[in-house]
Amino acid sequence: MNEFLQLFLWLPFIGFITIMAVPAKKEKLIADLSISISFLLALLMLAFLTIWLMVGMPLIDYKGIVLFETDEISIFIDLYFDKISAVFSFIGAIMSFIVFRFSKFYLHRDPGFKRYYALMLLFLMSYNFVVLSGNFETLFLGWEIVGICSFLLIGFFRDRYLPVRNSLKVISLYRLGDIFLILAMWMSHHLWHQNITFLQLTDTNSVLEHISEHNWYAFFIALMIVLASMVKSATFPFSSWLPRAMEGPTSSSALFYGALSVHLGVFLLLRTLNYWESLLLIKVLIFGIGILTSFVATSIASVQSSVKVQIAYASIAQIGLMFVEISLGFYELALVHFVGNACLRTYQLLVSPSVLGYKIHSMFFTFEPTKTSSGSSFFFTLKNSLFMLSLQEFRLDNLLQKYLWNPVKRVGNSLHFLSNPVALSMLFLLFVFGFSSNYFISILPEYVHDTLPHLFSLLALMLIVRAFTEKQDPFFAWLFCVASQLFLTLSISLLNENFGQNHVLLYFSGAGIFALIGFLTLARLKKLEPELSMLDFQGHSYEHPKLALLFLISCLGFLGLPFTPTFIGIDILFSHIHKHEELLIVFTALSFLIMEISILRIYARLFLGTHTKNYHPIAYRSS
Amino acid sequence: MVSTLMNESTQTTSTQFNETKVLELLKHYLPTQTPLKDFIHHNSLHAFQKSKFYDAIFEASEIFGFHVTLELKEYRKLIEINRISEASLNRAISEVIAEKEVEHWKQKILHHSYTETFIPQIGVIRANWKKHFQIDLDSMVQPQLFRILCCYLDQGISTWKFPVEKGGFLESLQTLEKNSKISIFKSNRARLLFLNKHTSIKELLDILVGKEEFYTNYLIDLQFSHRGWSGMVAAIESNPSVLLDTKLISLKELILFELLLEIDALETTFGSNFKKLGEFLFGKPVNLFAPKTETELTTVLKILQNAFEWSYYDEVLSGIQAASKQKKETITTPTFQAIFCIDERECSLRRHVESCDTQCETLGSPGFFGVEFYFQPQGAKFYDKLCPAPVTPKYLIKENNVSAERPHDVLYDAKVQTLLGGLAATFTLGFAAAMRMFLNLFSPKMSPAISNAFAHMDSSSVLTIENKHLEDRENDLQIGFTLNEMTQRVEALLRGIGLTQNFAPLVYVVAHGSSSANNPHHGAHDCGACSGRPGSVNARVFAAMANHPKVRMQLQQNGITIPSATQFIGSLHDTAADEIEFYDESVLSESNQNNHQIHKQTFEKALDLNAKERSRRFASIKTKSSLTKVRQAIKERSVSLFEPRPELGHGTNTLCIVGRRDLTKKLFLDRRAFLNSYDYRSDLEGNFLTGIMRPLGPVCGGINLEYYFSRVDNYKLGAGTKLPHHVMGLFGVANSCDGDLRPGLPLQMIEVHDPVRLLIVVEHFPDVILKSIQSSPEMYEWFINEWVHLIAFHPETKQIYRFLNGAFHLHTVLHKQPDSIDETQRIIEQAKEMESNWIVDATLENLPVYTLN
Repeated sequence: MNEFLQLFLWLPFIGFITIMAVPAKKEKLIADLSISISFLLALLMLAFLTIWLMVGMPLIDYKGIVLFETDEISIFIDLYFDKISAVFSFIGAIMSFIVFRFSKFYLHRDPGFKRYYALMLLFLMSYNFVVLSGNFETLFLGWEIVGICSFLLIGFFRDRYLPVRNSLKVISLYRLGDIFLILAMWMSHHLWHQNITFLQLTDTNSVLEHISEHNWYAFFIALMIVLASMVKSATFPFSSWLPRAMEGPTSSSALFYGALSVHLGVFLLLRTLNYWESLLLIKVLIFGIGILTSFVATSIASVQSSVKVQIAYASIAQIGLMFVEISLGFYELALVHFVGNACLRTYQLLVSPSVLGYKIHSMFFTFEPTKTSSGSSFFFTLKNSLFMLSLQEFRLDNLLQKYLWNPVKRVGNSLHFLSNPVALSMLFLLFVFGFSSNYFISILPEYVHDTLPHLFSLLALMLIVRAFTEKQDPFFAWLFCVASQLFLTLSISLLNENFGQNHVLLYFSGAGIFALIGFLTLARLKKLEPELSMLDFQGHSYEHPKLALLFLISCLGFLGLPFTPTFIGIDILFSHIHKHEELLIVFTALSFLIMEISILRIYARLFLGTHTKNYHPIAYRSS
Repeated sequence: MVSTLMNESTQTTSTQFNETKVLELLKHYLPTQTPLKDFIHHNSLHAFQKSKFYDAIFEASEIFGFHVTLELKEYRKLIEINRISEASLNRAISEVIAEKEVEHWKQKILHHSYTETFIPQIGVIRANWKKHFQIDLDSMVQPQLFRILCCYLDQGISTWKFPVEKGGFLESLQTLEKNSKISIFKSNRARLLFLNKHTSIKELLDILVGKEEFYTNYLIDLQFSHRGWSGMVAAIESNPSVLLDTKLISLKELILFELLLEIDALETTFGSNFKKLGEFLFGKPVNLFAPKTETELTTVLKILQNAFEWSYYDEVLSGIQAASKQKKETITTPTFQAIFCIDERECSLRRHVESCDTQCETLGSPGFFGVEFYFQPQGAKFYDKLCPAPVTPKYLIKENNVSAERPHDVLYDAKVQTLLGGLAATFTLGFAAAMRMFLNLFSPKMSPAISNAFAHMDSSSVLTIENKHLEDRENDLQIGFTLNEMTQRVEALLRGIGLTQNFAPLVYVVAHGSSSANNPHHGAHDCGACSGRPGSVNARVFAAMANHPKVRMQLQQNGITIPSATQFIGSLHDTAADEIEFYDESVLSESNQNNHQIHKQTFEKALDLNAKERSRRFASIKTKSSLTKVRQAIKERSVSLFEPRPELGHGTNTLCIVGRRDLTKKLFLDRRAFLNSYDYRSDLEGNFLTGIMRPLGPVCGGINLEYYFSRVDNYKLGAGTKLPHHVMGLFGVANSCDGDLRPGLPLQMIEVHDPVRLLIVVEHFPDVILKSIQSSPEMYEWFINEWVHLIAFHPETKQIYRFLNGAFHLHTVLHKQPDSIDETQRIIEQAKEMESNWIVDATLENLPVYTLN
């Protein structure tokens, strides 16, 4: 029975691969294949559930492929099935089937038909990875692909400005969530001295023992988990991404942001409750966030005049309540709440276009003009202030922009000197020095030895921030990304003698190849489009869709999309940073955060958005 | 007016800033689409209608960056697949250039490479913000602006209503600002300027731009950076009653507020002493509306578009000529007569009705059937206008005696969106919602949330058709029509369509409407002659009037004798579901009751065939399945939530034929023709013709041009694909919650449409037609400026005359006589579905003209 769990991952993956091989014009075949896969998945899930219920709901743990193993670390795929997985995976299967079927006619003749179904299948797989995961590595793997699928589906209408801009906005926040998760994994690794499975966490005694021994570390892990959940479930103060994610086709918005991915934060909390259950402060935090979110989101929802945005905030309000339920220990209630909310919001989103007809018709018969209340009492002012605040979404979008991204941009702009030849050659020399320092490390004084990793990781961070703000030359941006990656690896390899040559090699077998392919793609594009710039979105996928795909693949590969060796590389990289090296982890984590955004930004700027050549109809920027 | 506007704007740009003139100019050029509940088709480039078609569209293109024709490479492909015939191309060249230049120009047209990218004039000035200030002002201002605007105008989505004050938009905002601890603005300067009632647009432009000569262009740039919202505001300003929950707002207020937000954004970024944009503006501002020079590319496009159009027109004209030579079977006493709307979607149904009962007669007249009024459903708090948009009726028809309850749907209740209501809903309705979704996927059914054409009026209700007392009035409207008024209307309609004798025992008055699910644009599928609503009430009202014994008496005095056995009966055809409903069947005499039962079968059979004919364009339906299956599938389509194409609306409309049915009865026109019945013999002077011709431009031409422009530039002039649409405030759609409103038609409605102008064919003597169209300048403008084409089909010589440059010229048809077929079924079944919606593929889905044996 345990092996059977794999099927829920393989099935959509096989679907994805098959669809990729079908020519885009065979719309019916693509849809029928995908619907069959999702139907089969739902059916198998039902069968599995039935048997599982009959045998008394045992906890299932299945250790899958070992991706990497040394004496110290072992990275493996692990699947796990309990009540929580059961509910989430079942709802996932049912909702996907409904939306898959819905989309067949809804998306008829859309030029992105194949892309849509391919991404939906990929999403289904990654969602199952998350909800069936048995350890953090597996969860993270799914978590990341969910993010990439979101990015690509929000920017599904890639020939317009707003979807593309918003997809970058959302992936940036998602990435922040990923970093929290990586940090949680990192600390967890040091706390348990192994890659612990969720099954092992159910051993309450051992968990409590560990937590009481390393209280601060346990608290850190729990905090990171809560933060990751907050980002993914769009709670306060991260809510503003959810309405902005509703840029793709209504059907995928409904599945992602009505039903599944928006509830993954709730899932994460439930999945890891053994970690934080004994930490009162964390429970208070979850409770507080829940209450605050419910209040703020309800208030914002009530003044929204766009249907989808209203649904988004109304749904966030319920998620806030789920947080409250979870913090109070009503886990089953939260599960039922999730099911109800997922079904309701998916339905509401799918039928959101019909609101116009229905409400106007009903208004025709029931309309009462609203009376304006006036006065100058304290409550009147308070009410008005709340109205104004809600209308501006509590300025959450601005706040994130102001305190999260603008500082990065400012720093980046001040680092423009990095691209002058002197700075570049200095960097090169530094790198050569660092790279060869292994051979003369023993003769260096100790303080130099200790500062070098920090220096290099700081340089990596500077380089990537520089890449993030590059406005002109995509080659520069790409090279800065690669250089940053190099310095990062260097800093960690210096830090730890165990991090040997073969680790570096493994890491670069992935990243290096993709860096090269990416570079060659850029070179090709430059040859075709001499006026390449990154000042604004260029939309070159209109003329060069194949190059766009190739570049996207190299971006994802370079970033360490789970199927490539880089993914393992990153994991190893992180596990080599010791828990007391706070500065190093800050630099590295920040670099990873900005790395993905910078890379995807290059892709988006060059290939997405309104086409620069207007010999064919193109969209207005505001549309 | 436009020409003066333009001249004046020429002066203003070089001298002083004149606020009133700029506002006028903006209102003239902004889109005029009103809230979606009333979808009135109109020429998307109405602002340019005073100029000749090609001058106008290329001017609009140069200013606003629209695409106004197909792409050059698309035309070339159309030549390759022979959709543009060589003969038409040759003629188009010789007409536009000269006959001896044909070969030379053909080489250019086919092979020369032109620079097709261009920089539109709009937005050039404001682009300097990004260029010199490195800021994205639009992104900083627009989301907030749209949000506040949408919330203010919102009709019923938000549950916490905007505190609206009597004075309008700005006053409401100012009151809110004064009574709130939270400000709209971040900078105090903007806030103070906002609260000061005397702040003027010029004052704000002084702060932002600082060089007066650029103010006009700056404002045009600004408003056209979100033409959807500005257009909506202008439309609401000019007629607040287009919203049910009326809100006062003006374009001026919008501009003032937007400029303040810009100042606010600049000040928070650069501090209070930010530089003015004018410091980076040099020279003289461009006069946007100055006459444009024709380029070789536009000439080429013009030739190609003409050739594309005439390739099809000639096919039709040759069909009409061929059909006119066929022998006519004359029907002595028809079994029944049916008056349909002129709508091109009824073109096929009429053909099928005639084929199911060869002894019947069908006619066409604009679907409000000459009766104009407001309609108040029982219990309604508002009136529905049921007549063409430009008409303002003086009458009110009320619906009474409805017993059925209006159905509700709890899932749409506002409480579901609140915290506790939502909590309750998730635990109860949530699960029901999942079930519902499942059911709708596999067995779609009508539900309260679906726009149902038959729900427009309760069929068992009683209508106040006859006015009993002249004092019977409500809100300045007369309730019902007096006897004389009824007679006038019935007589006008009957004479107009030439039905003055030979009445059958039953005359059906068939209105149409459309049911569709999940479709904010459903109004665009209803009857255009009824302001985008189903015409059921009109059909019923007309039938009742024509059945009125006293009306009959008066008609007899006026020379129209309707036999007493003849009865009129109103009905409604649902063009999406292909269903029909008859009204007041109880008034029928016994013999007519029996006839009616037989005719009902005829209609059912015809609807089966009609459904089949329509199904060929729907991927979800196999046309070759049994008629019952196809019919069922068509019906389900209209109530399927997942179906963005419940029907294809007016897609493919190209023709408008004014004349006797004989002209078109033996023609297969593939649902592309508006058919207006008219008998020149009873109107030799053309007295009725003028009345018939007048609405053809605005109504049929408006529909045609809206489809044309939405087709050639679905991004800028159309609404884009429906898939991501957000419903905003119940009055519009946007692609994104931070995005602009999208006027025009969505992609799913225009894919099947070939962008060609309307060809109006009138069966009458050229001089009579000329006199008729010249009778009013507004009407003449449509023809002389070539926004529609006009053909006179000489009833005696059967010659074809084309209206060009103010006169009719004899026209030689280049197309060979169309093939003739015995029946349409085979053609329909064999027709291929388009491979993609790219014009070159899509156009192949349109079938050629055939003559029917």
